[in-house]
Amino acid sequence: MSIELLTIIIGGLTIGAALMVVISKHPIRSVLFLVVTFFLISSLYILMNAQFLAIVNIIVYAGAIMVLFLFVLMLLNLNKESEPKTPKLALFSSVLASGILLLVLIAAFKDSLRLQHVRLPQQKQIGLVENLGKLLFDEYIVPFEVSSILFIASMVGAILLAKREKPIID
Amino acid sequence: MTTDPTFGTSIDFYVILASILFTIGAFGVLIRRNMIVLLMCIELMLNAVNLLLVAFSTYYGKGDAQIFVFFIIVVAAAEATIGLSILIMAYRNQKSTDAGLFTNLNG
Repeated sequence: MSIELLTIIIGGLTIGAALMVVISKHPIRSVLFLVVTFFLISSLYILMNAQFLAIVNIIVYAGAIMVLFLFVLMLLNLNKESEPKTPKLALFSSVLASGILLLVLIAAFKDSLRLQHVRLPQQKQIGLVENLGKLLFDEYIVPFEVSSILFIASMVGAILLAKREKPIID
Repeated sequence: MTTDPTFGTSIDFYVILASILFTIGAFGVLIRRNMIVLLMCIELMLNAVNLLLVAFSTYYGKGDAQIFVFFIIVVAAAEATIGLSILIMAYRNQKSTDAGLFTNLNG
């Protein structure tokens, strides 16, 4: 009982934090709420016995990517006055569109799952570093190497894009 | 696989939670004009998909989906790097991060 209650509470908090990311006016507040969201999602991973991914999520997402976002925000020196305004019509139509998207998603999944409340099995072994490492370096070794090439390409691209001095857009 | 009436640890809970998170991300992409917040909403949608993949990995008892989540995190890191450097370059050129100002990329 307590695990179920804990999962539902954490899920609700995740939804709340994600909503705060979207609706808070200041970008730094958005980044901080996104960090909170990532920590809550990591705790959901732990509740699903995916320990390795929980740690990777905290280190890579909350640690590296969000710090990068914060650095860029502080570099750009944005304030409340420079925050672009959304027109009322766009606000209304996007609320409508995302409501319809949620409706379609829930309806599609409801038909495919038939909502029978199947309990998640308690497998404590598959999320550990040992098993995932065996899988990663055995079956998925080629995508792993390709991802390193992707990282080199993105590193070179980021340096090339950010170091250009002269404006290229008139 | 046993059926029981509790909702919290069932697969449906995670499916609905991931749908709601993905919708919130899409909603943010639609209503926000700031490019940094747009990138953050993309990260939010990627995380919703990750959550669903982990839930089904636990459901089927196989680790393959968790490897996919690992690769999604890798690709998200690369995407955030490139997106932020493009954003810095755009800010240097027009002193704003408003996504609506990029209409001069039409050519």
